[in-house]
Amino acid sequence: MAKVRGAIKVDVEKCKGCGLCVVACPTSVIALSRDVNSKGYNYAYMEVPEACTGCANCGLVCPDSVIDVYRVKAGVEA
Amino acid sequence: MVEVKDIIKEENLVYTKSKILTDKVFHYCPGCSHGVVHKLIAEVIEEMDIQDKTIAISPVGCSVLAYNYLAVDWQEAAHGRAPALATAVSRLMPDKYVFAYQGDGDLASIGTAEIIHACNRGENIVIIFINNGIYGMTGGQMAPTTLEGMPTSTSPYGRDVKLAGHPLKITDLIAQLPGTEYVTRQAVHTPAAVRKCKKAILKAFQNVGKKNGTQFIEVVSTCNSGWKLSPVKANEWMVENMFPVYPLGDLKG
Ligand SMILES: Cc1ncc(C[n+]2csc(CCOP(=O)(O)OP(=O)(O)O)c2C)c(N)n1
Ligand code: SF4
Ligand code: SF4
Ligand code: SF4
Ligand SMILES: [Mg+2]
Repeated sequence: MAKVRGAIKVDVEKCKGCGLCVVACPTSVIALSRDVNSKGYNYAYMEVPEACTGCANCGLVCPDSVIDVYRVKAGVEA
Repeated sequence: MVEVKDIIKEENLVYTKSKILTDKVFHYCPGCSHGVVHKLIAEVIEEMDIQDKTIAISPVGCSVLAYNYLAVDWQEAAHGRAPALATAVSRLMPDKYVFAYQGDGDLASIGTAEIIHACNRGENIVIIFINNGIYGMTGGQMAPTTLEGMPTSTSPYGRDVKLAGHPLKITDLIAQLPGTEYVTRQAVHTPAAVRKCKKAILKAFQNVGKKNGTQFIEVVSTCNSGWKLSPVKANEWMVENMFPVYPLGDLKG
């Protein structure tokens, strides 16, 4: 099945753990980590990476611009 | 199955931080609307390719240090006086894209005279107005925009309109002035709202490029620290309580 796959890269040290990306993601990919960065924030990460479509909603709402979004056409599955 | 490592490659990048934003980490609280709006202005400047033609005016308020974050030329105004300084800059350098960035305490309280008269004169400037209904920087005091009944540090039992007057819908007043061309009220709480707000900022900058007069964009915003809510709850509170008083949409233009 041809489908779009995506992935995000969070700048962990600059993430403030606000959680706005978590609620903006339509496919519930993102969660806040139990671990903290050096500032003590529970940073965002892909908990369910296979559900990411690369829609960039998380990036759009991130107040600190710390999410890079990548997207590929996954093509027909072999 | 495509692996994450095969997706995270330069050629697949579809969204990243604007090049107009500097590497400095915003001093704003986690989840603060100021950061989203800074990013949208940066994206518009980048897409219009006007980095060397933009002069920004920063206010007094939480965004006082905005000049650290967008790599354009800046002037720092005294509290509330950003529209007066923007007037001077745009008259001296009429071919520049001049914008003032102001909070609600800055714009609708101490700077009421400056904003009304700059808009009434139709100065060729963009005003970005961050209305979070509170004085964020100084500890969450009541602002002219604070909602009726809304608790703040100086109205702990909620704003009493008999004592403090009604929430000031300054954007509605500004839309009445013949000098303003485009007046709109936006928000940045959802991906759709962020996209819309960016379109509004783009339109405002394009209009100023045509020397069409004053462009005014209110962004109904959150101050989750001042409101004493989590960033996510603050957005919900804003939708429920701020939007009925400050409804989104174009007021003019
Ligand atoms: C002349 C003067 N009066 C008062 C202050 C104190 N002061 C600093 S910021 C501020 C209000 C900021 O509120 P707002 O413009 O809404 O910005 P926010 O922090 O909410 O973004 C005040 C009253 C000051 N710095 N200068
Ligand atoms: S929106 Fe940005 S700063 Fe907030 S948790 Fe997500 S990645 Fe971190
Ligand atoms: S790109 Fe879209 S699907 Fe992927 S994590 Fe971000 S919001 Fe979720
Ligand atoms: S005090 Fe309010 S306006 Fe200021 S940075 Fe914090 S959340 Fe933003
Ligand atoms: Mg304010």
